[in-house]
Amino acid sequence: MKLPIYLDYAATTPVDPRVAEQMMNCLTMDGTFGNPASRSHRYGWQAEELVDIARNNIAELVNADPREIVFTSGATESNNLAIKGAANFYSKKGKHVITAKTEHKAVLDTCRELERQGYEVTYLDVMANGLIDLDVLEKAMRDDTVLVSIMHINNEIGVMQDIKKIGEMCRERKIIFHVDAAQSAGKVAIDLTDLKVDLMSFSAHKMYGPKGIGALYVRRKPRIRLEAQMHGGGHERGFRSGTLAVHQIVGMGEAARVAKEDMEKDTQHIIELRDRLWNGIKHIEETYINGDMEQRFPGIFNVSFNFVEGESLIMALKDMAVSSGSACTSASLEPSYVLRALGLSDELAHSSIRFSIGRFTTEEDIDHVIGQVNNSIDKLREMSPLWEMFKDGVDLSKIEWAGH
Amino acid sequence: MAYSEKVIDHYENPRNVGSFDKNDPSIATGMVGAPACGDVMKLQLKIDDKGIISDAKFKTYGCGSAIASSSLVTEWVKGKSIEEAQALSNTEIAEELALPPVKIHCSILAEDAIKAAIEDYKSKSSN
Repeated sequence: MKLPIYLDYAATTPVDPRVAEQMMNCLTMDGTFGNPASRSHRYGWQAEELVDIARNNIAELVNADPREIVFTSGATESNNLAIKGAANFYSKKGKHVITAKTEHKAVLDTCRELERQGYEVTYLDVMANGLIDLDVLEKAMRDDTVLVSIMHINNEIGVMQDIKKIGEMCRERKIIFHVDAAQSAGKVAIDLTDLKVDLMSFSAHKMYGPKGIGALYVRRKPRIRLEAQMHGGGHERGFRSGTLAVHQIVGMGEAARVAKEDMEKDTQHIIELRDRLWNGIKHIEETYINGDMEQRFPGIFNVSFNFVEGESLIMALKDMAVSSGSACTSASLEPSYVLRALGLSDELAHSSIRFSIGRFTTEEDIDHVIGQVNNSIDKLREMSPLWEMFKDGVDLSKIEWAGH
Repeated sequence: MAYSEKVIDHYENPRNVGSFDKNDPSIATGMVGAPACGDVMKLQLKIDDKGIISDAKFKTYGCGSAIASSSLVTEWVKGKSIEEAQALSNTEIAEELALPPVKIHCSILAEDAIKAAIEDYKSKSSN
């Protein structure tokens, strides 16, 4: 067993050995190192062929046309290109954009930038289970709404939004629909011939590919147009200039191929381990799962252990690499905005741990984690004045705290 | 974030964790912080008739630095007079534990806890 046990697959995944092998063939003089834009010699043609294969693999993963895949540096860039690109191109139609409060910062910060450019953005509240209330979304849609951007799987709590229904609502009103699928591509089935999604962001390093590469799906029928954010050479049909990073693209392509091939096996494996983990910790008093239990991806599992502070818990869980919803590590004392958006109390938000399970997690790992979680919670609660008050029957919400 | 060895030592082997009966007239209780900010410290001092702190206990909800700061304070105040304890400053705590700038508030909280406990003791004895 390798320590610390890696349970942060939602942050990034290790590159699958099958992927690394393919990538290594695209770097040196002996390999396919050429520039795919070189049309005059074999080095370029060979590189172009590998890029085409990768593009096909990615398109196949989500049932799209390879011509609808635009390579970018990652999901952050894809989100920027989709949101700013669409809002800018269609600004004559309207300047209203809808997103949700639980989106990733790559979407929220991009929307903030649109606000600075004079757009109006509606940030939807979510329900206590983390899902968007479709009636609330419908009420937010206006004649001047040009874009709706909603993520598929939430990176902190793992809940899965109903992008099929949202897509239909958008299409009826001719609103462009963008989906940040960084956490879902390669993990759950996505069929873009069935979904009415116009733009979809992908990241390689969340699906066992390398960091620094991603893609944006741009629908051809009906055709979606974007204002490019990067100029210089007109690569990727003008959507995104810059020499293609062949080794990265090959890595992403192979990661997509492997993900499609192993999806059923990976999902089964993750569900088994998630259930094993939950069965080992659910008896701990005052322990809550954050986010809807049904409509979710099992690999992202966010749990609050009430009356224990997240950062000290992470310190106690020293044999594992996990994330906390407590932002005490940063300069701000604010807990996770996602958990706050679910309406969690400050204590519960500060007390959360995100376990994210993946392809290489083992049963042995989970058993070790269960043991350490149980011991740590006991130890920290023994030390917690809030736990003591709770056990004495004090209602913590009625106390006037001296904030600092 | 990397913690100093002293923080880790106090975190892993916290000194004087526990509670005294807060209604005992010789016990001073200070509770500071707020769950919203991610830390709450409860510091209790046992003070003898000569005004000397004979024992101290704490319970802390918070990050490793907050736990270490309160654990350290319980060690430091033992044997000190009320006045000496009141003179302890957060900079001494932060220095001893080598707290990084983002964790200075933990040492401030520990200083506040001492002051709050002494305040409690004074209001108790004046009644």
